[in-house]
Amino acid sequence: MRRIGVFCCWCGSNIGGVIDVPRLAMEALNLPAVAFSTDYKYMCSEPGQELIVRAVAEHRLDGVVVAACSPRIHEATFRQTLERAGLNPYLLVMANVREHCTWVHPDDPERAFAKALALVRGAAAKAARTEPLAAGTLPVTRRALVIGGGIAGIQAALDIADAGFEVLLVEREPTIGGKMVLLDKTFPTLDCSACISTPKMVAVAQHPRIRLFTYAEVVGLKGFLGNFEVTIRQKARSVDHGKCTGCGACWAKCPARVPNEYNLGLDRRKAIYVPFPQAVPNKPVIDRRHCRQFTRGRCGVCQKVCPVGAIDYAEEDREWQERVGAVVVATGFDLFEWAEAYGEYGYGRYPDVITGLQFERLANAAGPTGGKIVRPSDGAVPRTVVFVQCVGSRDEAKGREYCSRVCCMYTAKHAWQVLEKIPEAEVFVFYIDVRTAGKAYEEFYVRARRAGAHYIRGRVARIYPEGNRLRVVGTDTLLGRPVEVPADLVVLATGMVPAAGSGELARILGCGLDKDGFFQEAHPKLRPVEAGTAGIFLAGTCQGPKDIPDTVAQGSAAAAKVVGLLVREEIAYEPTVAMVDQTRCTGCGKCRAVCPFKAIELVTRQVRAGTAVAERVVAEVNPGLCAGCGNCTVACPSGVIDLKGFTNEQLLAEVDALCL
Amino acid sequence: MLVLSGRGQEFANRVSLESGQPVQQCYQCGKCTAGCPAASFMDYAPHQVIHLVQLGLEEVVLSCRAIWVCTSCYTCTARCPCRIEVARIMDILRARARRKGLHRGQRAALFADLFLDSVRRHGRLHELELGARWGLSTGQPWREADLAAGLVAKRKLRLRPPRIKGVEEVRRIFREAARLEEGEHG
Repeated sequence: MRRIGVFCCWCGSNIGGVIDVPRLAMEALNLPAVAFSTDYKYMCSEPGQELIVRAVAEHRLDGVVVAACSPRIHEATFRQTLERAGLNPYLLVMANVREHCTWVHPDDPERAFAKALALVRGAAAKAARTEPLAAGTLPVTRRALVIGGGIAGIQAALDIADAGFEVLLVEREPTIGGKMVLLDKTFPTLDCSACISTPKMVAVAQHPRIRLFTYAEVVGLKGFLGNFEVTIRQKARSVDHGKCTGCGACWAKCPARVPNEYNLGLDRRKAIYVPFPQAVPNKPVIDRRHCRQFTRGRCGVCQKVCPVGAIDYAEEDREWQERVGAVVVATGFDLFEWAEAYGEYGYGRYPDVITGLQFERLANAAGPTGGKIVRPSDGAVPRTVVFVQCVGSRDEAKGREYCSRVCCMYTAKHAWQVLEKIPEAEVFVFYIDVRTAGKAYEEFYVRARRAGAHYIRGRVARIYPEGNRLRVVGTDTLLGRPVEVPADLVVLATGMVPAAGSGELARILGCGLDKDGFFQEAHPKLRPVEAGTAGIFLAGTCQGPKDIPDTVAQGSAAAAKVVGLLVREEIAYEPTVAMVDQTRCTGCGKCRAVCPFKAIELVTRQVRAGTAVAERVVAEVNPGLCAGCGNCTVACPSGVIDLKGFTNEQLLAEVDALCL
Repeated sequence: MLVLSGRGQEFANRVSLESGQPVQQCYQCGKCTAGCPAASFMDYAPHQVIHLVQLGLEEVVLSCRAIWVCTSCYTCTARCPCRIEVARIMDILRARARRKGLHRGQRAALFADLFLDSVRRHGRLHELELGARWGLSTGQPWREADLAAGLVAKRKLRLRPPRIKGVEEVRRIFREAARLEEGEHG
């Protein structure tokens, strides 16, 4: 017979103000296997815990029920108490008589008491069937994978590498740098984006502990926290970067011209190209979708002019596996595709209606106009520039409910830049609200207004051409009057959406996405850089719209989490995981299908069935990955999976005691 | 439909300069309007007047009634979080409206003219004269006449103009003010 102790907490007046706690303790003494019971004002306090420690020793208890608050609050506390008392911490069962009882039934103390007693009865029945559990350990592969080479990935990679661990940085574009390197100036300090981001790109390339893979993708991930196996695909560059000197002869002679994605289609590049002069690595790749050697089967100009014979049309995509202990996802964002969604702004037919990122390229000295803000249609300097905020943000009808957070500030910056660069220019900003939540942001916004930017509260209803200008129709809701602005250039503050392919990557990694398609963090406040899957961390705009300071902070935060993991030789996992009785498992795989954590695999094992030993396919739980959710125990048609600490036997006993 | 274009900046800058107030800094919180005792009699509320200036809608703002309804109580100025002296801007706008002749037809402007003219001529206000001229100018001479009898009987309203010693000095003040104004904007 087990000897269970029941400890009833008053929680001040939270429980004690509703039910008679001493009576609860007294009644508990009549339950099977209960050898001792008592009550106390605050069981979680130091004297309360001492009470438990002493009672365990004096009454030789081998199981403990604490009737108090939710296990989410104090289960960990009382497990430690049991450890101090010399008991296995998993011999504790909490009966939640606060959240589940007195908080919800303060008006009916008599029935609340009956319910509290029933909860204690259930907990005691379970306690009589608990078993000691031990946390296991797993070794850690001390190396990290960072997916995405924008500023978030760069920051995370540098921080992890600086802490002494090897980093694999995988970027799908031909260069790292992401969106930040495309920007002209950054708000609110107006420092040049290239000046602060290109040195970091170079630092990544030169770091002895960072292995950089550009033009490469992550196509597979197996394993678990501390022990992942990642499959990387290196897309064929068609240029041997070992031989290439980056001399530029190939792209000078290449005859194929295609819209340049790095200038957002504002100019053209060649089919063999380096995205921009400061690219890292600063060596070209061949864009096979546009290269004449691939589209027409003949050309070969680059191969002819290359002085070192680096061009290799026959190169193929290559895939291989690497082992890592942790993964940082930093895949960033794309701009909302406004043209399809906003017919009222011309479906993208008017060349002088551009996006904020296109404006950045126009204002950028390294951009297609050398930093001159001109109209894409005729190259004229615009006199009146209209900015339209919240395009693809805060617009439920267009399927984008959220605020993109950066547009108010970059629009204020653009307005300021127009007024600074073009004398006599007039700037109108149509807005819904101006959100400037950041250090020195409001001050910058005021600065833009003082420079003369006219802010008009209201959404633009329509943009249409009038001669070679544009007419912008909106309402000034502060005046309560419709307004029209004849404009030379219209800049749309397009919002952020998850980077293309985020869904596919989430599927590969086994991570969740939020309702908008951004990577879902484990807890919105307390675990903002962890994905739901252990060992995978999030940095930057892949998790949600954010500006550069927040992105960099999150990159460093994710790195700190990774380093905290990699410094350990091995990691302990919770022992409350699923366990398969392999002698009775039929290998049907239903459990694997319902596991959200990819913790179950079908393996071939020597299994003893009766006296015979046979080789069979059976399910096996990886304790490092299992989160103890219990899905598999329900799905198993043979009923041979049990969750340790919540076994079928324990739960049935608890339910029986509650109901019978 | 208001069309916003062209010369907006120039007007806003001029008002800022004349009033010494950073007009563009207003972020339209509406606190001036919320505290204004006359706002409900205005066609544009005080914050809208500022907004019209920001947008450079000169004709709209100079011909609006609001700037004349303003009583210069300075509550707006005391409360503005952007430290803009709204009442000061109202002053400037009234002055500009006068110079452009846009004050004609505004009853408040007419009242101010009659009031000051009485002070200029007598050295201080002659209420009965002001009342009479106001009645005649607005075409409703008998509207408030019934009040006059009682006021006269209680000796609150004098029949004869007041006489003070420094009439000539007061006139000099008026002449000096006119000279200054001309010098500034002539």
